[in-house]
Amino acid sequence: MIKEKFDIVVLGGGPGGYVAAIRAAQLGFKVAVIERENLGGICLNWGCIPTKALLRSAEVFHNMKHAADYGLIAENLGFDLDKVVQRSRGIAAQLSGGIAHLMKKNKITVIEGEGKLVKSGHLAVSKDGKKIADVMADDIILATGARARELPHLKADGNLIWTYRHALVPNVMPKKLLVIGSGAIGIEFASFYNELGADVTVVEMMDRVLPVEDEEISAFAQKSFKAQGLKIITSASVTKLDKKKNTVICTVEDNKGKARTIEVDRVIVAIGITGNVENIGLEENGVKIDRGHIIADEWGHTGVRGIHAIGDLTGPPWLAHKASHEGVIVIEKIALDRGNKEIKDLHPIDKGNIPGCTYCRPQVASVGMTEKAARDKGHKVRVGRFPFMGNGKAIALGEAEGLVKTVFDAKTGELLGAHMVGAEVTEMIQGYTIARTLETTEAELMHTVFPHPTLSEMMHESVLDAYGKVIHF
Amino acid sequence: MAIEIFMPALSPTMESGNLVKWFVKEGDSVESGTILAEIETDKATMEYESIDDGIMGKIIVAEGAENVAVGTLIAVLLEEGEDASALENISTSKAEAPVVVKAETAPVIAETAPAGPVASTGGRVFSSPLARRIAAQKGYDIADINGSGPHGRVIKRDVESHKPSVKTAQIALSLDGDAPYTEIKLSNMRKTIARRLTESKQTVPHFYLGIDIELDNLMAARKKLNSMSDEYKISVNDFIIRACALALKKVPAANVQFGGDVMRHYDRSDVSVAVAIEGGLVTPVIRGAEQKGLRQISEETKALAKKARDGKLMPEDYTGGTFSISNLGMMGIKQFQAVINPPQASILAVGGGEQRVVVKDGVMTPAMIMSVNLACDHRAIDGAVGAEFLGAIKTFLEHPSTMLL
Repeated sequence: MIKEKFDIVVLGGGPGGYVAAIRAAQLGFKVAVIERENLGGICLNWGCIPTKALLRSAEVFHNMKHAADYGLIAENLGFDLDKVVQRSRGIAAQLSGGIAHLMKKNKITVIEGEGKLVKSGHLAVSKDGKKIADVMADDIILATGARARELPHLKADGNLIWTYRHALVPNVMPKKLLVIGSGAIGIEFASFYNELGADVTVVEMMDRVLPVEDEEISAFAQKSFKAQGLKIITSASVTKLDKKKNTVICTVEDNKGKARTIEVDRVIVAIGITGNVENIGLEENGVKIDRGHIIADEWGHTGVRGIHAIGDLTGPPWLAHKASHEGVIVIEKIALDRGNKEIKDLHPIDKGNIPGCTYCRPQVASVGMTEKAARDKGHKVRVGRFPFMGNGKAIALGEAEGLVKTVFDAKTGELLGAHMVGAEVTEMIQGYTIARTLETTEAELMHTVFPHPTLSEMMHESVLDAYGKVIHF
Repeated sequence: MAIEIFMPALSPTMESGNLVKWFVKEGDSVESGTILAEIETDKATMEYESIDDGIMGKIIVAEGAENVAVGTLIAVLLEEGEDASALENISTSKAEAPVVVKAETAPVIAETAPAGPVASTGGRVFSSPLARRIAAQKGYDIADINGSGPHGRVIKRDVESHKPSVKTAQIALSLDGDAPYTEIKLSNMRKTIARRLTESKQTVPHFYLGIDIELDNLMAARKKLNSMSDEYKISVNDFIIRACALALKKVPAANVQFGGDVMRHYDRSDVSVAVAIEGGLVTPVIRGAEQKGLRQISEETKALAKKARDGKLMPEDYTGGTFSISNLGMMGIKQFQAVINPPQASILAVGGGEQRVVVKDGVMTPAMIMSVNLACDHRAIDGAVGAEFLGAIKTFLEHPSTMLL
């Protein structure tokens, strides 16, 4: 039995929790992390990273299929799904080991087991049903993350019906696949399996795919997906999954109540995320929960003395980088409240400045308000657009499909939002994120020299277009 | 390399200071820890210690200089083995010897290179492009806006929340009087008192609650305590500090500060005690006074009061209290009303205890009575809360044994 007192204990070793732990260690706190499964959390083991590995295989395969476009010869093309998955798992394992090293380097105690709040300042840790530790801390950071949301009629069984977790380690290459939900997770898996040759249908309840994105970007992506052979059914929901021996008969109902059935080998349920709020002693300690997520203030405080929460556990956007940033803020706020004079200019996270990325083909990335959201909020806007077709580098890469869209406040020149679809846009969005964080106006963006030849020139041109000064289109 | 000594920022709000006195002369040897000079800030007079070893090579800012901006070069130390020639590399406006223009072998240091943050007077205002544009559109001067971004950068949020005030009339009042007079320049402390208390009376809605407190039990307890040992001497004021600290704990709604869009509730009673000193007053803080016994409160108060009178208070001694006590009882004052010390939300004005006749059960009896008056910031504390708080203070003082609980 371990019995130890720490300054700060973090429950959950994902991108929120481990980052919080490192920041706390940097500030001189004695820190422990309790992790029930793998350091790095979903992000590193079952999310962001392994999916990027799979999608990279799909991208290389796509390029091989189009070798002739580049004057290259690639024959007898094929893939070995097991090896594709093995690569993805190997990368996850490698990175998880890297986090363990970071914990060690920062002298953070890692306790493997399931933590549960006994009371403010006290967590009990158990493993395989046996209690292994009592951990005390002045401040406890809850960072247990989230998992796939399921509904009674849309329940994964791991065999025929998958969540992202099963889809990452498929037991078979599906010939026909139904993906329920077209958010980032649903679309990325649809994109991956489609590239490998599955017949993929995506069902989305809203009237368009990637419904949180700008309407124009959504429509652009949807058109591109359809051209790649993805079947997309919008404004519809899956009302029934009837499992047969090796197939599932799915009933899809449109918003007028008209139903049809689709028989597929596998189904992926990607209808959202719900916080891991169960069995960690929340309600008995007065931590408030609303629709599967902890209610915390902008500093991550739950309202219960010494108990804080960050990341997916506290609600959308469910993004690793949001969790990491909150992890730093929660720790610096604790240090500040304890009188640390080095902490300056601390601010809660500005949700308008959190970029979002989806790694389907074509990629989608955005930050800030969509055009519609800006107009709905009463902004008079100026909108700039620049197509990949007008960019030399994009054409040279053979990636001439895409769009960079910028939305400015017509009066102040504030960059309200930026929305991109096309090759490598996920690597470019941080340019606009910096612009938003520094509060540049269109003027500084116009004065910035963008290197030629790069895709990033389109970011410049889009701004110029918003003010009627576009050069190359 | 000669070591440059700059005007230090001795408190977070200090922008400039007066160089009251040099304790070393040119040619004196200096060790780390040697007191170099005495510097008067807006709050107190402080000693400035050297952090380096060396020989005082040159004093650049003379004794008695006023309003020397933080970061101004005030002196140069020579390191061991260096002679005065090392000073030639330091360019100062007062260099008496003809300056030999040397090749660029040694860096030439500008005379008043600011070491710390640029003082707001005339310095560059860091602001985001968007903030500047919105400020221009609204007709604000960006320099009037407090920045909340990194390193005090003015950002959009600051401009949008900025409420342009009619500039607090710079108190350049026209004075009028026929009698002969002498004019004394205001000390920084006097200026600070003038500014902060004007601000308090103009922006904080004060209301006042008065109450009489019977001290007979307390006097008996005090007498008893003080007769038992010579090692301490508890004053009535020490009892009042402890009673107030415990009352803040008992009525936490009174231990607050009004923050515009938030109300801050403090978990600890940090009690500021007004101490009159030569030329003004300061308010050292007894932190966590509810956790401290009478003896400890007494000792800390005495130590802080001494430091205050000696002008030795450090910023951490007098900043950040959550409540204030001003006691003029020992000066024979029966009762008075005090001005709140912002951002605090209340202050207790304590009059002197005296024998008065009170009516108890229809019989006139003598009793030791002390009148106190609580001034509250109505934005933070309502009448009923103030009354409850004052009632708690009264109960503790009238039944001092309850302070043991």
